[in-house]
Amino acid sequence: MSQFLQVMLSGLATGSIYALVAIGFTLIWQSAKTVNFAQGEFVMLPAFFVLVCTKVLALPLWLALIVALAVTVVVLGVLFKKLVVEPILPSGGIPLTIATMALAIFLKESVKEFYGAEAQPFPPLFPSQTLNVFGAVISLQDICNLVVALAIVVVLTLFLNRTRTGRCMQAAAQNPAVAEILGINVRRMVLYAFLINGALAALASFLITPVYLAKFSNGEVLGLIAFIAAIVGGFNQIRGALAGGLLIGVLDNLTATYVTAEYRAALPLVLLIVVILVRPQGLLGTSEGRAV
Amino acid sequence: MKLVKLLAISATAMAIAGAAHAADTVKVGMIAELSGPGAPSGTNWRDGTRLATEEINADGGILGKQVEVSEFDTQTDPQTSRALVQKAIDDGAYAIWGTVYSGSTMVNMLVAQQNSVPQFVGSEAPAIVQKGNPFVFRTSSGAQKGIPDLTSYFKRTLDAKTVGIAWVNNEFGKGGHDVFAAQMEKLGIKVVADVASEQGQTDYAADVSKLKEAAPAAIFVYMNQEESARFLIEAKKQGLTMPLIGEVTLTEAKVVELAGDAAEGAIAHVGLTASATSVPGIAEFVTKFEAKFNRHPTHDAIKGYIGAWATKYVTEMVGKFDGEAFSNVMHGLCLDAKSYPHMLLDTCWDEHGEMSRPSFMVQVTGGKAEVIGIVNSN
Repeated sequence: MSQFLQVMLSGLATGSIYALVAIGFTLIWQSAKTVNFAQGEFVMLPAFFVLVCTKVLALPLWLALIVALAVTVVVLGVLFKKLVVEPILPSGGIPLTIATMALAIFLKESVKEFYGAEAQPFPPLFPSQTLNVFGAVISLQDICNLVVALAIVVVLTLFLNRTRTGRCMQAAAQNPAVAEILGINVRRMVLYAFLINGALAALASFLITPVYLAKFSNGEVLGLIAFIAAIVGGFNQIRGALAGGLLIGVLDNLTATYVTAEYRAALPLVLLIVVILVRPQGLLGTSEGRAV
Repeated sequence: MKLVKLLAISATAMAIAGAAHAADTVKVGMIAELSGPGAPSGTNWRDGTRLATEEINADGGILGKQVEVSEFDTQTDPQTSRALVQKAIDDGAYAIWGTVYSGSTMVNMLVAQQNSVPQFVGSEAPAIVQKGNPFVFRTSSGAQKGIPDLTSYFKRTLDAKTVGIAWVNNEFGKGGHDVFAAQMEKLGIKVVADVASEQGQTDYAADVSKLKEAAPAAIFVYMNQEESARFLIEAKKQGLTMPLIGEVTLTEAKVVELAGDAAEGAIAHVGLTASATSVPGIAEFVTKFEAKFNRHPTHDAIKGYIGAWATKYVTEMVGKFDGEAFSNVMHGLCLDAKSYPHMLLDTCWDEHGEMSRPSFMVQVTGGKAEVIGIVNSN
């Protein structure tokens, strides 16, 4: 029982971080109609901003996290939109998708060049103690990661559904032309989506890097799993990305513990194939028609 | 016409200058894991060879020739490493230094063998010296020599009746796992959890949870550096209380740096350790390395350093740059630290290229690996 609880909790904690990254995929898809294949690197980079702040600028951790969050929002939100998305988007979605692949390589190699190929330690945000819950010893760090990640998703959902700006963002994503006629500043709404994506990437980075360690190649696996999570859950729904992330996190751990650890890396891909065959719009996604 | 003459004279002068330069130098290929999962090992190995090369050249080079090292990055990919060994040999390398990862060495050592080029490797998988390759030489003992030294610790010191094994499923990990499991069987200690993980794995929650559930008296951890650090972090997170004991990597400086508090208390048997500063040669090496690279060396740095110096010592014994003759002298050779100070410890190689020398038991205390015992060479 203790093992099952710990495995479930670890799976949910990791899955909730996958969900944050996957939500970024859906936001960018809805606002720019493109898949950001640099999303994994967007999660890798903020950890290095924190390390620069703590080691080079000698800032305390809490301030380093705030500075890194702000820098990430500017660099991966504003600059990404202005320098990559806006100039290439008029040429179509596919050139932009390819541009994000190039951006992923650029970010990865830049970090490797400036910070080195070796992994770096990253300070944990929460105490690494254990709690005794009904006789089961479980990790406090996992509980904190899960609570924080889910709180971020809840706040984001409330923002999108309960505030005027959030509803305007949704309107701009669903039908930009009609939204424009209704007086919504579509360009600004799209910018907000990029800013939120940058912030989500930074928060996911702060939560996962103490366990993964800061390394230039971290984005490869994270980006792939989050991409699959977004498709499995439903690429056009935030709740779908959340469900996909949690599902993959839990299934991965359960498989590795009770079935086989050898093929755990294949599990997300198997899940992806099954979902595409059985329910192409994803578990919680909605079908979208497209004229060809 | 004058221009043609001028060009011809310039070309001839350049060719002569190039030939003179070639005659004054001896080429060596340094092939290591400078990126990818093996980067912590490879970069330390490279820096050890860099320090040694500087010293060797300052000492007059090898047989009066300055050492010219070409560095190659395998990206921790065995096939790439094979191609790079070939490239280094095609470029005229007299010897090869590297690789560190056993999976790469298993693939690329055949190229050096086919070309009769001596190769010093940092790899520790038993199979490397069991293939009958007369040109491959270790810079630290293989797992089949090191792990038996460690297993008595489980029996005598811990009096363990059960153990768990957490190992990385690559050539290095599999070699160590097989030797350890066989030793446990011989000692009558039951392996109650045998958990394999993948190279580059980031999430160890399931692995640690399986070990925790099996509740062995102690756990043998045999992984590469980053994986070891991630495992230790997860072990602390889940409150794993049994002793974590490794061979070589578990208490390495890089692992301790990455794992932080989570590495506290970890124990390992190491062939070489920069914390063995009671050995004068190692203390001096650590001082020089820290002054040059501004960081603490790992055992891979010491291995690279020893490999480079062994190349000089043995070549000068042979008296010429001859791979075959080098190989013949190396088998059964012992270099004592008094006569060959840059070997740091008394070191011998057997007829297979396996090496023997004293080793250490270390434990992480206060963020540093401290020597808790010395094990004589076997």
